[in-house]
Amino acid sequence: MTVTEQTPAPTTTEVGRARTRKEDARLITGRSRYTDSITPHGTLHMHVVRSPLAHATITSVDTSSALRSPGVLGVYTAADLGVEAVGLPCAWPITPDMKAPQRPLLASRTVHFAGEGVAVVVARSAAAARDAADQVEIDYEPLEPVLDMEAALAEGATLVHPDLGTNENATWVFDSGAAGTGSSVDEAIAAAEADPDSIVVKRRFLQQRLIPAFMEPRSCVVDPTGEQITIWAATQVPHILRTMTTVTLGVPESKLRVIAPDVGGGFGGKIGVLPEEMLCVVLAQKTGKPVKWTETRSESLLAAHHGRDQIQDITITAKKDGTVTGLDVHLLADMGAYLGLVGPGVPILGAFMFNAIYKFPALKFTCTNVFTTKTLTDAYRGAGRPEATFAIERIMDELAVELGRDPMDLRRQNWITHGEFPFTTVVGLTYDSGNYEQATDQAMATFDYAGLRHEQEERRRSGDRIQLGIGISTFTEMCGLAPSRVLGSLDYGAGGWEAASIRMLATGKVEVITGASGHGQGHETAFSQIVADQLGVPYEDVEVLHGDTHVSPKGLDTYGSRSLVVGGIAIVKAAEKVVVKAKKIAAHLLEASEEDLEFSGGNFTVRGTDKGKSIQEIAFAAFMAHDYPEDMEPSLDSDAVYDPENFSFPHGTHLAAMEVDTETGQVRLRKYVCVDDVGTVVNPLIVEGQVHGGLAQGIAQALFEEATYDDQGTLVTGTLVDYTLPSAADLPSFDTAVVSTPATSNPLGVKGVGEAGTIASTPAIVNGVIDALRHLGVTNVEMPTTSQRVWRAIQAAKGNTTQETPTDVHSPGAGLGSIDPNNPQGEVL
Amino acid sequence: MIPAQFDYVRPTTLDEAVRALSEGGEDAKVLGGGQSLLPVLRLRLAAPTLLVDLGGIAELRGIREDGDRIAVGAMTTHHDVVHDELLHEHVGLLSDAAATVADPQVRHRGTLGGALSHADPAGDLGAVALALEAEFVLAGPGGRRTVAATEFFLDYFTTALAEDELLTEIRFPRYTGWKHHYEKFNRTAQAWSMVAVAVALKVDGGVISEARVGLTNMGTTPIRASGVEAALVGQPASEDSAKAAAAHATEGTSAPSDADAAADYREHLARVLTGRAVLTAAG
Repeated sequence: MTVTEQTPAPTTTEVGRARTRKEDARLITGRSRYTDSITPHGTLHMHVVRSPLAHATITSVDTSSALRSPGVLGVYTAADLGVEAVGLPCAWPITPDMKAPQRPLLASRTVHFAGEGVAVVVARSAAAARDAADQVEIDYEPLEPVLDMEAALAEGATLVHPDLGTNENATWVFDSGAAGTGSSVDEAIAAAEADPDSIVVKRRFLQQRLIPAFMEPRSCVVDPTGEQITIWAATQVPHILRTMTTVTLGVPESKLRVIAPDVGGGFGGKIGVLPEEMLCVVLAQKTGKPVKWTETRSESLLAAHHGRDQIQDITITAKKDGTVTGLDVHLLADMGAYLGLVGPGVPILGAFMFNAIYKFPALKFTCTNVFTTKTLTDAYRGAGRPEATFAIERIMDELAVELGRDPMDLRRQNWITHGEFPFTTVVGLTYDSGNYEQATDQAMATFDYAGLRHEQEERRRSGDRIQLGIGISTFTEMCGLAPSRVLGSLDYGAGGWEAASIRMLATGKVEVITGASGHGQGHETAFSQIVADQLGVPYEDVEVLHGDTHVSPKGLDTYGSRSLVVGGIAIVKAAEKVVVKAKKIAAHLLEASEEDLEFSGGNFTVRGTDKGKSIQEIAFAAFMAHDYPEDMEPSLDSDAVYDPENFSFPHGTHLAAMEVDTETGQVRLRKYVCVDDVGTVVNPLIVEGQVHGGLAQGIAQALFEEATYDDQGTLVTGTLVDYTLPSAADLPSFDTAVVSTPATSNPLGVKGVGEAGTIASTPAIVNGVIDALRHLGVTNVEMPTTSQRVWRAIQAAKGNTTQETPTDVHSPGAGLGSIDPNNPQGEVL
Repeated sequence: MIPAQFDYVRPTTLDEAVRALSEGGEDAKVLGGGQSLLPVLRLRLAAPTLLVDLGGIAELRGIREDGDRIAVGAMTTHHDVVHDELLHEHVGLLSDAAATVADPQVRHRGTLGGALSHADPAGDLGAVALALEAEFVLAGPGGRRTVAATEFFLDYFTTALAEDELLTEIRFPRYTGWKHHYEKFNRTAQAWSMVAVAVALKVDGGVISEARVGLTNMGTTPIRASGVEAALVGQPASEDSAKAAAAHATEGTSAPSDADAAADYREHLARVLTGRAVLTAAG
């Protein structure tokens, strides 16, 4: 990766440095401590008995045989535990009349998705609990599954939750005309239809259902034997989990301690509050013993929340000279059977990103959330913004084709130019900084855009078996969730601030406590670099503490690329307070006035003299407290809570060269170049890692991954044999680079990078695949663009009819082929 | 992912293993490299009461010359197959195909005998053994018997092995000087074959004098593409011959339809990949 950055300020020695991550030596040599590694003495183990059916009435549950199984202490239904009335929280009621079903800890009368828990077994070992689970006999009366969003909204559709009277969760609308942030889309469309010099392009795009597929399965241990109940959990959100446990079960918040130890990835998949976590709390209270639950990979694929799953109907209007005039967005978003913690708001997060980097005068966004009998959906890396970016970047390509324009030229014509920042968009967001020209020019040069276009022409002319396509994505995203007042205006059930504390230890070491909860991002390293610069102490002297509500009592955790742009700034604010306090003591000890002190490189010096003291000496003096100013406490320790005033807006230009074998339909990513502007780069190595991993996930949506259900609502992709995650062998080396226009909304100039690669890459890949085939008459290939789909698209364009593809059938072959999709947990029959 | 409870024995001789398997009855299973059986156990798709682990039996490992044959011990890992000089020289198609199996970790644990006994039609090595007319040596309480590849694969996951029998050795004729290629098509690098084609050709003076062609995942068992072989023999090793012969690739197949590929697409792939495999081998 290459980094183009501003000349660092003289005090900056750590920020910008490509340090290897300080946490990695421990993690990669196995000295890790994940939740499942934690087993307090006397721990009992919980196993969840799950429904194999998507929609059914539970007619009987017979636990007698399971209760006789060796090592079993109890087998419980919701009624047995007295938790039938308990519902898990949804913190984002997007409209006042939103329909929200109770989301139970265990299904009582009706199961609403395949994989929903019906009973739990508690035993002395995980194996005993698993064995006994096979002995729990549950009878079901099948009900009709609800699988298709459009059918679910039709008159007379089977209702997932009959008491709600509808399968519609809510419809949320943003209209720039009504909001006063722009003009009316309806008028723009009417005007374009009436104007021979304008064009209207409509397309439908499908966002397939994805599974976050974090490496470490979900797990929790609840120990009730202390004065507080301690919950260890594989979670991104220990603070939210604590509060929500109180909301859900009524345990006083002060009696709960939540610890997120090492957490092996999340990607949004671990921001939930889980029925299993609450069940472990209930069972720990009931038995008085620690209770542990760790899911299997198959349970994770089946029952952990999924992501994406939208139908996108997009209408764009433009002048024939290419100037865009309006964008109308209609979404259907599949909620699944229940509402996750922020599930209904995920598509809404995309509402403000459909206009992307373009100067649309009018935009309307209408999203209807729909209940189906599938696993619930919630945040997955990007959460709403990848869906928006995909739709706008795909339709910009479609518009370019309709107008006969080069797709990059069309984008350039419509984007916000560097001189126009700060720019208030059609949805009312103010983009503070950016330079789309710089990122694009650099990316196109590295990519050899002109050379590849030439090769593409040659291959088309010669009718080469391998056709070349060029895919473009010039994306932006809103990062750093979020200004609390903005979240309030969107009816989000929490603020968006972050907390930090800095403790100056007697020996000069520094403890940084953050409310962000890292799970693989490199917080320890990046935050240490920031504090080392702020306080002028050695990087090695900084210790970052997080993920334990006793250590870090206040925080709003990690999601939405917020750790650095919100949590990092809170740390800066706390450090500034430490310096202010230290300066007072330094002035006192140096017998100088504060105005005469300079602070640089960790040293307070009296201007014009060689007298000085280091901040670490001051920390010791504060600890001794023998001699300090009358009007202050003898401590440098400081807290800060930072609430951002704006989002940050990273952007970038991503280019993909796609090779498509027109005989087999096989798609190969030959070359990928991206130039991202993530503001100030704290650690180039971590930025590169985040971009790299993000690209792999976004490319995987375009090429590899899809969660599919059969016509009975059973998850077909129930193992990693069927849910095809790519590995390193499936991806080329990425050519990533960074340009930096620092954010003006925060003192570090940072913008966030955790989701950039995922958001940007998916449309680049699909645009490239279709670009390779456009001259053959192919206009669309649904994601993932598998070889079979590409081959069928080519055949269809030639006028050849081909067989219907079964999406839900296992052949007996291919390793685990004997898995019966109607028996996803593999009960021995 | 906890398997149901089972007993476990790790004999050190073949005789002990046969005895243990026989005594274990119908609920005993043989554990080779574990790359297919362990996931099945962990998903509780099967719950055998006894596992007989062949990992401790030295005589089942290794590759040796045996007269006009090359004999490969059933417990020889894919990794060892890939890197063996004897196989490279005389049974190169097997080395080619074994190198495409899954990923390096799996190739270090998985065994040739285990893969063939498991008889997954999407597995890569069955088509090779069938095309190369390998012999399978089976040991049971009544002694040893040798079964031809054509008699070994019976159906999905079903072979000529009786419940109390073990596969001990796979014996390949020598294909010294033959040209060969294994053309594999899959969704991701580690995935099972959607379709694959195994080709070995004897080329004399630019003319194909003998051909062996096997298909992976085009039916309930590996399939010998006899029509393709017949079409190749006597023809020049050229693109035209390859294309003409490839038209016969789907004869005698019964391609499965699943989410990865419906039958018509698999059939199309079989033809395309057969042409490519023949060309690559001949080249």
